[in-house]
Amino acid sequence: METTIALQHLKKAFGKQQVLRDIDFTVHQGEIVGLIGPSGAGKSTVIKTMLGMERADGGQAFILQQPMPNRLILGRIGYMAQSDALYEDLTAKENLQFFGQMKGLRKAKLAQEISHVSQVVDLTADLNKLVKGYSGGMKRRLSLAIALLGTPELLILDEPTVGIDPALRRQIWRELATIRDQGRSVLVTTHVMSEAEATDRVALLIGGQIVAFDQPQKLEKQYDVPTIEDVFLQAEKEAVK
Amino acid sequence: MRILAITQRVLKELMRDKRTLALMFFAPILVMWLMNVMFSANSNTHVNLATVNVSSSLQRRIDNVKDVTIHPVASEQRAQDQLRQQSVDGIIYYHDGRYEVTYANTDASKTALTKQALKAGLTQQTIGTLTGTVRQLQHTLASTNPQAGRALPQQAAKQSPTAPKINNHYNYGDENTNFFAKIIPILMGFFIFFFVFLVSGMGLLGERTSGTLGRLLATPVKRSEIVYGYMLSYGIIAVLQSIVIVLATIWLLKVEVVGNVVSIIFISMLLALIALAFGILLSTLANSEFQMMQFIPIVIVPQIFFSGIIPLDSMAAWVRYIGKVLPLTYAGDALSSIVLKGVSINQLGGDILALLIFLIILVILNIIGLKRYRKV
Repeated sequence: METTIALQHLKKAFGKQQVLRDIDFTVHQGEIVGLIGPSGAGKSTVIKTMLGMERADGGQAFILQQPMPNRLILGRIGYMAQSDALYEDLTAKENLQFFGQMKGLRKAKLAQEISHVSQVVDLTADLNKLVKGYSGGMKRRLSLAIALLGTPELLILDEPTVGIDPALRRQIWRELATIRDQGRSVLVTTHVMSEAEATDRVALLIGGQIVAFDQPQKLEKQYDVPTIEDVFLQAEKEAVK
Repeated sequence: MRILAITQRVLKELMRDKRTLALMFFAPILVMWLMNVMFSANSNTHVNLATVNVSSSLQRRIDNVKDVTIHPVASEQRAQDQLRQQSVDGIIYYHDGRYEVTYANTDASKTALTKQALKAGLTQQTIGTLTGTVRQLQHTLASTNPQAGRALPQQAAKQSPTAPKINNHYNYGDENTNFFAKIIPILMGFFIFFFVFLVSGMGLLGERTSGTLGRLLATPVKRSEIVYGYMLSYGIIAVLQSIVIVLATIWLLKVEVVGNVVSIIFISMLLALIALAFGILLSTLANSEFQMMQFIPIVIVPQIFFSGIIPLDSMAAWVRYIGKVLPLTYAGDALSSIVLKGVSINQLGGDILALLIFLIILVILNIIGLKRYRKV
């Protein structure tokens, strides 16, 4: 099984503040990995370093076996940030077209992709509306649709289901499972512990360090608690000590 | 490919933002029109002049000029008193074969009218004397030697009395005091610079704060493609903007453009691209739209002062050096040369080169500057 993400002894500091201390982390082909941690633990920095937006001070980040930063690799990744990051004066379709073009998709393929991803996030009927008029949930779905464009080998999703209705959240997770079954990889950060439960493996990032990284069930057993939420609380408590 | 997609997107966004479009196209016209109205309100001013020791024929000729009234005064001392009391706007004092002219100069159009009136009066007088002399000479010579008569007017012209010397004195300011016609080319450049700077800077700032820049940089797009895409879209906007401003200047404000309109548009576009690159660069230093506005008094307003609206030749060296590092100086010079003197674009190589250097440096800085947001 090939690794799609490999972080080796990753270190990053902003000024005097050490944000990441020696992170080791892997995501394999065909798995959904969750990354959870309290605010300020360094989740966004981990993602930014993976994408090559930040350069690591120490250690290395490999994405699809290539050392990052690497511009061309970005064409094979679908990324969805915490903020919706949409052009409000454009329609949903124009947003999808624009980012599709940025990803380098050909015209015929792009049209096909747009109809597929908008179906996944249930936006087909609203494609020609201006994003300005979208609700928060619709914007989130559009943002996810953009990340799904071009059948990327690796999806990096930062809080993808915030503000999304439970029914749609289920549908999105079903889509993520399909993506995994196609042999593609998904990295998800989340605050919803039930979602963390649905991942294949989950990493706990606390204070710039991965304190635990395994299958959810194994972690629950290891900490001897019933849910991932309890694992999270337990781990946080231990880290403070 | 990607450059065009970015261009298309930026243009689409702008087209849907009607207020910003209106700002870019109509605000400059409105401001220039207002300035024109304010300045030309002075054009039907009436000038009262005190004359001392001036021949009665010249007095009559000056008095004939529209909107000018002559008040002969016995002594220079009396005239100066009247000038101080503001009962006259200027003094013409003939003394030692020179005309000593003193202007109150609190109103530039009055000063201009006085100069015109005196000049017109003197010219008329010279021509009057000259034709008189020539006629007289021709008359005497024609009777003695008919052939020599034809060559004579030239000879007489050579002998014509040299124009009397005029010394100008200004109570306030100097001869360069404010003129709308002189500043209008610079104003055109300034408005293009100002609005493109603001709108493009805000545009990229918006991309940064909304996160779309981050998302854009998470695709394989090159940093240079983003910068070029922006430049192309705003270049197109700038061409349209300068066409509108130039046409409005010609038709609405009735400003005479001596040179080629296409040259004006070319210089305007170059300036707009610099403004764009400058706006994008400075927007990276701003964290909010309000902080972007704070650049206006710091980097935009000083450009007006150094751009040639006020001639810098007589100022301290360091002032001139500041002017030399501001792009509006070169654009203002080029636009003034085209509009006022009809200089062809081929002769403006120095200005264009300077503008291109600004542009290239700013573009490179921008491409490097985007590294802050993505390391490759």
